[in-house]
Amino acid sequence: MTDRRPPFWQREKYTPYLLLLPAVLTILFVVLLPLIFSLYTSFTGYRLIRPESLWQWVGLRNYERIFGDRDFWVAFGRTVIFLTIALNLEFLLGLGIALLINKITWGQRTLRTIMMFPMMFSPILVGYQFKFVFNDNIGILNNALQALGLSDGAIPWLVDKYLANFAIIFAEVWMSTSVFAILLLAGLFAMPRDPLEAAKVDGCNAWQVFRHITLPFLMPFVFIAMTIRSLDVARAYDIVDVMTGGGPAGRTELLWTLIARVGYDNARMGQANAMAYVSIVLSIAFTYYFFTKLMAARRYMGGAD
Amino acid sequence: MADISLKGVVKRYGRTEVVHGIDLDIAHNEFVVLVGPSGCGKSTTLRMIAGLEDISDGAISIGPRVVNDLPPRKRNISMVFQNYALYPHMTVRENLGFGLKIAKQSPAEIARRVDEAAEILGLGALMERTPAELSGGQRQRVAMGRAIVRHPEAFLFDEPLSNLDAKLRVQMRTEIKKLHRTVKTTVVYVTHDQVEAMTLADRIVVMKDGHIEQVGTPMEVFDHPVNTFVASFIGSPPMNLLPARISDGQVVFAGGTGLPVPTRLADRVRDGQEVTFGLRPDDLTPQGHGIARGGERAQLTLEVGLSELLGTETILYTRIGDQEVQGKMFGPRDVAAGERLTFDVALDRAHLFDTVTGRSVRRL
Ligand SMILES: Nc1ncnc2c1ncn2[C@@H]1O[C@H](COP(=O)(O)OP(=O)(O)O)[C@@H](O)[C@H]1O
Ligand SMILES: [Mg+2]
Repeated sequence: MTDRRPPFWQREKYTPYLLLLPAVLTILFVVLLPLIFSLYTSFTGYRLIRPESLWQWVGLRNYERIFGDRDFWVAFGRTVIFLTIALNLEFLLGLGIALLINKITWGQRTLRTIMMFPMMFSPILVGYQFKFVFNDNIGILNNALQALGLSDGAIPWLVDKYLANFAIIFAEVWMSTSVFAILLLAGLFAMPRDPLEAAKVDGCNAWQVFRHITLPFLMPFVFIAMTIRSLDVARAYDIVDVMTGGGPAGRTELLWTLIARVGYDNARMGQANAMAYVSIVLSIAFTYYFFTKLMAARRYMGGAD
Repeated sequence: MADISLKGVVKRYGRTEVVHGIDLDIAHNEFVVLVGPSGCGKSTTLRMIAGLEDISDGAISIGPRVVNDLPPRKRNISMVFQNYALYPHMTVRENLGFGLKIAKQSPAEIARRVDEAAEILGLGALMERTPAELSGGQRQRVAMGRAIVRHPEAFLFDEPLSNLDAKLRVQMRTEIKKLHRTVKTTVVYVTHDQVEAMTLADRIVVMKDGHIEQVGTPMEVFDHPVNTFVASFIGSPPMNLLPARISDGQVVFAGGTGLPVPTRLADRVRDGQEVTFGLRPDDLTPQGHGIARGGERAQLTLEVGLSELLGTETILYTRIGDQEVQGKMFGPRDVAAGERLTFDVALDRAHLFDTVTGRSVRRL
C-alpha cells in the first residue's frame, strides 16, 4: 500500500465532470462549433462556389448591407405580420375548437386524436396539398367556386399579392391550429370547477365568467402555445417555398425564404448568415416576450385548487 | 335578507332521483344547518337553492320570488365553497371586490365595502396577496369576505370547514357564529359534522338518502329524535340503541335484563311490542357520578369493561344483556376492568322506537 494519490480522472471530485464530458463534447461539436463558424462567416465575404473567400474578412460590411437592403426589411416586416396574423388566427380558432370539444360529453378522445392529424403531415406535403387546392387552373377551390357559380374567372390565389399571402397563412393555420386547440383543451380539462361556479353566484353571466375567470386561467396555456408557435412561424420556410417559392416577384418572401435564396441560389453565404443572425434576434424577441408573459401568468396558478 | 322556502323539491340525475321532494321553510335571518351523512343530498339541495343545479320538480322561492328559472346571478345569494373557490389570478382585494365590480358599483363604494369586510374578518394585512400565498384558514376567510361584501339575501355554505385542521375548524366555527351575529342574514349551512350543526344552528335539518328526517332546534333534535337514525346521528358518543320487547310494563332486553317502561311513554306501547330502547351515555351513569337532575330513575348493576378517561368525564364500556353499551362517569375516579358498578338509568330521558318503523313511539 502506498499513499500515492490516484490519477486525477479516478478522483471522486472529478467524476461528475468526467460523466458530463460526452454531453459537453457533443454540444460543442454539434451546436457550438457550427454556430461559431456561421457567426464567423457572417463577417466574411464567403461564397459557396469560391471556398477561398472564407478567409476574406469584411468586418461588419454584411450587416451594414442588411440595413440598406429594402428586400430584407420588407421580408422582415412581412414575417412579423405573417406571424402576428397566423398566431392570432390559430389562437382564436384553437380556443373556439377547444371550448366546443370541452362542451361535448362523448368522443373527446377521438376528436383530440383527429385534431392532431394535420400536425402529423410533413409541412412540405401540406404545402403541396394547398398548392393544388389553390392552383388557379386545376385547383379544386377554383373549380368548386366555378361549379357553384360563385365565380366565373380563375382567381389567381397564388399570384395576387394579397391572395397569395392569404393562401399561405391559410395553410399554416390549417396545419397548426391544433397546437393551440390541444394545449387549450388540456387547460380547460385542468380548470377547477369551483371558481366558475363562484363567479356565477357572484353575478357573472356566461360571457363574464369566460372573460374574467376562464380566459385568465387559460393564459399560461396560451403563452406556451404562443412560445412554441412563434419559434415555429418565425422560421417558416417549407410551406412557403413549396407553395410560392417566395414569389411571384417576392410578394410572399419571408425571412427564411430570402435567406435561403441569398445563401444557396446566389451562393452568398456570408451575407445570408448575417441575415440569419438578425432574424434570430426576431425569434428570440418573440420567444422572450411570450416566455415572460408565461412566467407572470404562472406565478398565481399555484393557488388554483 | 329574505326567507327561503322549498316546496316538494326533487332532484334527478337522469333516471336516479337523489333528492325526493323536500319541504322546508327558512325564516328571515335564520341560521339553518343541513346535516347528514355523506351522499345524502345536502350539497345538491344547497346547489339548487344557489341555482347551480336545475330543480327537477317542486319550487324554491327566495323572498317573494320563485327562483326556479333564475340563473345564480339573479338570485342575489352568496356561496362559500368547500374548496374556497377563490379566483387564483386575483389578489385578495380583487377577489373581494369582484362581485361588486361585476355589479358595476362605483370604485369608491367597492373600496368602502371591501374594507368593511376586510375589517370584520381581519384580512387587512393580506389584501395584496394572491390565494396561492395564503394558508387554508386565510383562504376560507377570504371566501367568507367575498360572500359578505355583496350584502346578499342569503349566505349558502357548503362544508366550509371540512378542509381545515381540527383546531382551526373550532376557531372558524366561532367566527362564523360571530359573523352571523354581526351581519344579520339568512344562512343555509351544509355539513356532515353534527357538532358543527349543534353549535351553529338556530334550526337543524337532518337529512338521509335525499329525505328530511327531522327539522328542529338543536335541543329538540338532541332531546327528541323522531327516529333511530336521528338518535344515532346527533350526539357524540352516539346514543345506545338496544333491541328489546315490552312485557308486563317492562322493557326486556335480549338476555333477560329488564327496565321499567318510562312512565311518560307507558301508554304509547303495548305488551309484546318489539322496540328499540335508546339511552344516551350521559344518562347511564354510576351512582354518585351522574348529572344532578331529578326525574325517573332505575338502577342496573353492570360489569365495566374498558374505560376511557377524557378529563372531566370517563366513557365506560359495559353490557346490558348481550348488548355493548357506553355509559359516562362524571367526576371520574379510577375504574378497574371487571369492576361491577351500580348505574343510574335516567328513564325520563330514555327513548323508545318502534323496531319495525324505526320511529319514536312518543306522540309527534
Ligand atoms: N352530477 C351528478 N350526477 C349524478 N349523481 C350525482 C351528481 N352529483 C351528485 N350525485 C349523487 O347525488 C347524491 C347526493 O350528493 P350530494 O348532494 O353531493 O351529497 P352530500 O350530502 O354529501 O353533499 C349522491 O349519491 C351523489 O352520488
Ligand atoms: Mg357535499
